[in-house]
Amino acid sequence: MRVITVFIAIISGLAVLSGYFLSGLFPVLTEVQTHLLNGAIILTGIAALVGIFNLISVHTDKVRRGEKGSVYSALLVISLVITFFLGIILRPEHDAMQVVMNGIVIPTEAALMGILTISLLYAAIRLLRRRVDMMSIIFLLTAVIILFGSATLPFGEIPLLGTFSRWVTQVWALGGVRGILIGVALGSLTTGLRVLFGADRPYGGN
Amino acid sequence: MISIELIIFAVSAFLLLAITLWKRKSPARLREIPALSQLYRMMGLSVEDGTRLHISLGSGGLLDMRGGSALAGLAMLRHIAERTSVSDNPPVASAGDPTLGLLSQDTLQAGYKAAGAEDLYAPTTGRVTGLSPFGYAAGAMHISQNENVSVNIMIGHFGPEVALLAGASERESVAIVGASDSLAGQAVLFANTQDALIGEELFLAGAYLGAGASHLASLTVQDILRWLVILALLGGAVMKILETI
Repeated sequence: MRVITVFIAIISGLAVLSGYFLSGLFPVLTEVQTHLLNGAIILTGIAALVGIFNLISVHTDKVRRGEKGSVYSALLVISLVITFFLGIILRPEHDAMQVVMNGIVIPTEAALMGILTISLLYAAIRLLRRRVDMMSIIFLLTAVIILFGSATLPFGEIPLLGTFSRWVTQVWALGGVRGILIGVALGSLTTGLRVLFGADRPYGGN
Repeated sequence: MISIELIIFAVSAFLLLAITLWKRKSPARLREIPALSQLYRMMGLSVEDGTRLHISLGSGGLLDMRGGSALAGLAMLRHIAERTSVSDNPPVASAGDPTLGLLSQDTLQAGYKAAGAEDLYAPTTGRVTGLSPFGYAAGAMHISQNENVSVNIMIGHFGPEVALLAGASERESVAIVGASDSLAGQAVLFANTQDALIGEELFLAGAYLGAGASHLASLTVQDILRWLVILALLGGAVMKILETI
């Protein structure tokens, strides 16, 4: 069974990849690629449902065992079930569902964004307590320069700081960003190749 | 006409296959990466003191550009599951994408099977904690705070929301090892962790944890390709200069 799984995975991967590289020579590959990708998108939709049931199962289990924080788990399951069935019965366009979205989901995510700002500030303050080295000092100094160089200050722009900040962003930071992204792209390429050759099998292989 | 992308792909594939065969015979010498050495130590400690490892795989899906980091996270999860499955508190994996959640369950099960402990596997140890980045972070924070976790390993696609996860772990004195393919996530992790993993170091974990010859070969292929990119950039710059003279 495992051999069949690996075979299907490798053949599917090669077919999708060939669609990108060799569609000029073999137009049928584009069609094969489209069919496979459409299938993958449908499976992703089904996986979302499975994921939701996994979430319910994990949290009901916590409530049943009375684990630490199970009150939040109960709240999550109740809210999820109510929203799920209301969404099916009323449809997502209904006013009540819009209230749930605009009055609960979006403000909650916005609140998390607010907390994130404080968390980042706190992390920056604690950085030098955690690790005192040249890179940390450069990191903090750059952050402060970019912040003050791009912020709207009550007394107007600081001339030299603004220019310096733009120079740091457009020359040094941009160079660094490209270097990091090239490294990430090369890592993604070799990881993808390992999966394609069956060396890594995240789909149930050994 | 054969495109440049196809040539790069074919050369990389050939190099990976050839070097994998070579690496099976010769031992590898790797440079010291503090975060990965620390991770190796902490894996052993968590089994000894009966605490849990939480592997956060991020919110990257497999059908987009972020698939590479998701696959790197799964490769590491597979190895960690095999090594720590016999612990009193087996590892928990969380994902912010449904396909990644399903694959994390499969990967965990494969790890348990390889360790000869398939009976101990529980499907609820591979979880989808939310379907948006902030939703995922909120759900994953809950695991670090309530499930006797000693180490939070964050490998995958994380944006700035990883600060919430790192902050929650820090409040519970949970050690953090983190790597992201996103620049914002890397910056946040640099400020929040003792030893940050930057750029392609995200993809090195398997090789450092002894996941096999193919992982070691990946490192060598990455190095060769990096030198080729450097030579191409320098060559391009020289040609541009010569053009203007």
